[in-house]
Amino acid sequence: MTSNQYDAIIIGGGHNGLVAAAYLARAGRKVVVLERRHIVGGATITEEIIPGFKFTEFSYVVSLLRPEIIRDLELPKHGLKILPLPSTVTPMENGDYLAAWDDHDLTRREIYRHSPKDAEAYDEYARVMARMAKAIKPILSIIPPDPSSLHPKDLFGLLKLGKLAYEMSEKDLYGLAKLMTQSAGDMLDEWFETDALKGTKSASGIIGTFLGPRSPGTAYVLLHHYMGEIDGAFRAWGFSKGGTGGIAEAIASSARALGAEIRVNSTVKQVIVKNGRAVGVALENGDEIYAKAVLSSADPIVTFLKLVESKHLPDDLIRSIQSFRTRGSSGKVNIALSELPQFTALPDEPALYRGAASISPSIDYIERAYDDAKYGRFAKEPYIDMIFPSMIDPDMAPPGTHVMSCFVQYAPYDIEGGWDDAKREAFGETVISTIEKYAPNIRRAIIGKQVITPKDIENIAGITGGNIFHGELLLHQLFFFRPAPQWSNFRTPLRGYYLAGSGAHPGGGIMGAPGMLAAKEVLKDGMWKA
Amino acid sequence: MLQLRHTPFHERTSKLCQPQNWRRWAGYLVAGSYELTLDREYWAIRNAAALIDVTPLMKYIITGKDAARLLDRVVTRDIGKLKIGQVYYTGWCDDEGKMIDDGTVSRLDESTYRLTSADPNLRWLSMNAVGLEVRITEVTDNVAALSFQGPNSRLILNRVADNPVDGLKYFRLMQNKVDGIPVTISRTGYTGDLGFEIWMEAKDALPIWDVLMEAGADYGIAPVGILAMDMARVEAGLFMIEVDYTSASHAWIEPQKSSPFELGLDWTVALDKPGYFVGRRALEHEKKEGSAWKMVGLEVDWVEMEKLYAEAGLPPQIPGMAVRASLPVLVGNVQIGYASTSSWSPLLKKYIALAHLQKPYYEIGTDVRLEITVEHHRQHAPARVVKLPFYEPEWKKK
Repeated sequence: MTSNQYDAIIIGGGHNGLVAAAYLARAGRKVVVLERRHIVGGATITEEIIPGFKFTEFSYVVSLLRPEIIRDLELPKHGLKILPLPSTVTPMENGDYLAAWDDHDLTRREIYRHSPKDAEAYDEYARVMARMAKAIKPILSIIPPDPSSLHPKDLFGLLKLGKLAYEMSEKDLYGLAKLMTQSAGDMLDEWFETDALKGTKSASGIIGTFLGPRSPGTAYVLLHHYMGEIDGAFRAWGFSKGGTGGIAEAIASSARALGAEIRVNSTVKQVIVKNGRAVGVALENGDEIYAKAVLSSADPIVTFLKLVESKHLPDDLIRSIQSFRTRGSSGKVNIALSELPQFTALPDEPALYRGAASISPSIDYIERAYDDAKYGRFAKEPYIDMIFPSMIDPDMAPPGTHVMSCFVQYAPYDIEGGWDDAKREAFGETVISTIEKYAPNIRRAIIGKQVITPKDIENIAGITGGNIFHGELLLHQLFFFRPAPQWSNFRTPLRGYYLAGSGAHPGGGIMGAPGMLAAKEVLKDGMWKA
Repeated sequence: MLQLRHTPFHERTSKLCQPQNWRRWAGYLVAGSYELTLDREYWAIRNAAALIDVTPLMKYIITGKDAARLLDRVVTRDIGKLKIGQVYYTGWCDDEGKMIDDGTVSRLDESTYRLTSADPNLRWLSMNAVGLEVRITEVTDNVAALSFQGPNSRLILNRVADNPVDGLKYFRLMQNKVDGIPVTISRTGYTGDLGFEIWMEAKDALPIWDVLMEAGADYGIAPVGILAMDMARVEAGLFMIEVDYTSASHAWIEPQKSSPFELGLDWTVALDKPGYFVGRRALEHEKKEGSAWKMVGLEVDWVEMEKLYAEAGLPPQIPGMAVRASLPVLVGNVQIGYASTSSWSPLLKKYIALAHLQKPYYEIGTDVRLEITVEHHRQHAPARVVKLPFYEPEWKKK
């Protein structure tokens, strides 16, 4: 018999919701996760859209998943394996290619072919970025203090921030200030001269934002991606066994083992408010579930504007959330293949297919792709980040065949005339024909494909605007601005109601930090004591 | 494609390298040693002639009206005084006076210089060349290099070179021919022994190797890997980047960086040279205030160390090669520094180390203790601060 009374309810079974549930269960609380779909994971899922072929449908790589979460929740015991993704290769328009490996010497030699100066700058750049990432990474694990508050907790938090700045060298501090305000394009122009190198690097600055590499603020996003960490090694991207769905399954398994209950096919309609407090949720099917704490891992728009009646929230918060940017800018094309695409520019080197391949020949190429999106069209020549999951984890496709994941930017959510089947088909076709220019055999190798537009991300994963980060990683939407000023500490004006998704600090990516930090704040508040 | 580079000598060295203990050096593969034990290779350096492939050294040709100005701005020595045919050993610093790298500058003609370094420096040189009329070309891959070291090296070279090298003085170079192939020969090396370095076009590498090996056969020539060279350079008091000091451009934190003074390179810092050079202000300041650290030599008291092993029932267990591990150095029970490379010296019959000690413990004659591990237990062997180099044969400069 299922009970209707819990210590905590978590709305949404994405990776953050599951992390929050696991932490609360681990602290001995009685927890239920309510997931709208038939599977958990949210945007962190793997599905066999074509039988035998596992598509890592939305998110596809991982680097930011917090190591403390992996340790605390014993995720390896629950099947988590993060496999290395050791290289990135960029086929170039002139028929050459540019590769970067996880080996320093090989990468240096390779970049040297294109520019001896860039080969050296690459080293220095990596060190400067790693130093800055190291300096500001502790921010990811702390609760943003409110700079306008005199509460000792906030003052102490500001002090800690000050200390981080104090410990940075003057040079790094200026570098950081510059990085906060620059465009990825301008920053990379200062370092490098090889177009393919700059194009590929700049892509990290625009992923998940509705900005181009020449838009100010994108340099910071680039650093954000530099903070990825696996085994304590900075900037190591990986592919999770079984696709990103493997991560969600591991967290769900850990949460269940810790005593959490996970209900799928359970759509929350509204948060029940009594005497200015969140006391439970009403489901679409009419059921009501009660708890002392309600955590929403949905995006801020859903959390504040859809699940709660506006009369329960202050006007200024509502206004802030209404202007919170969640413009989806990217899509996915997942492909089942009878053979690997053969990139004509690439040497015969299977190792390259175990890493990422990127269509990003120059910053201008990506900026032009953005130009299309700015005016409501998907990019005619998009930036595409490809991986071949079956080359990394052989269990992703039947022997002898392959799956391929293509992250595509730009595809605006607000496409002229709205998304429909014809536009989705045209978008998929654009992606295939773009890849075809570099790998002519791709079309004959296709067994089947799945095209995902931002609208589909919204419809399937439930993320407003289809923004993969639950809100763009813009400087004015990070840290104490995320999701709104004064409400960056996971709490809401509604007592007992918390934000635990990627729209909370420190933001999106398969990081799990918002879920973990929110759960810890809930435990601090000790809602069930009263 | 996924391979480290081979040097132009690989066709020979790969067949000679018995232990297959390839080491990485600046993106190349080089032999760690050619024989299964290091003894003969070490003694080739000290008693006969050692042929060492040092092609991976980074090499730059710097030419043009302002070539000297550029180098003078970058390195700490006075390039204005470098004569044609002369070679300088020097370090170069960042603006805080901390070492970025070290190497040699050779003046090839009126306005052409060759710089060798351990790390890539093209970017650093270019950044300092703004507004100067100078061309910088990296020639690492185009120029093969052999270090030919040992007391018999001159004898052997004279047998094969068109012009005798007898007159070639220490840290001078000459254009020459070996078996009709043009080469540059410099009286330089990394062993502290009599020795030469031979610079040739990559395509000429194999014939030069063969000619030398043949001519040296009766004089005890041996191909020698970098492990034996490592032992010799410690005896010679020569340090190695990323082992004995961290380049300022690699360091994560300030304390990892070293100034030339701290590395004992006082003699290479030409504060009396005219004009500005990178790091000048910081170096002037340090010169005045004194250095907080200094690299020195340590000689371990063998008898006392032997006792520590004897207590465990063992004879001394010292690896027969240079060890690149950081070992704490103490006075009383307080750590006052660390050894960065330690080595058994087969010639001196001593356990020696290059150590970095804090003021005032770096004075010659200071008694300290070096950590050693005896049968899994941490012990401390008495050691004394000594002048570098540990070994300097009279024929090194003669």
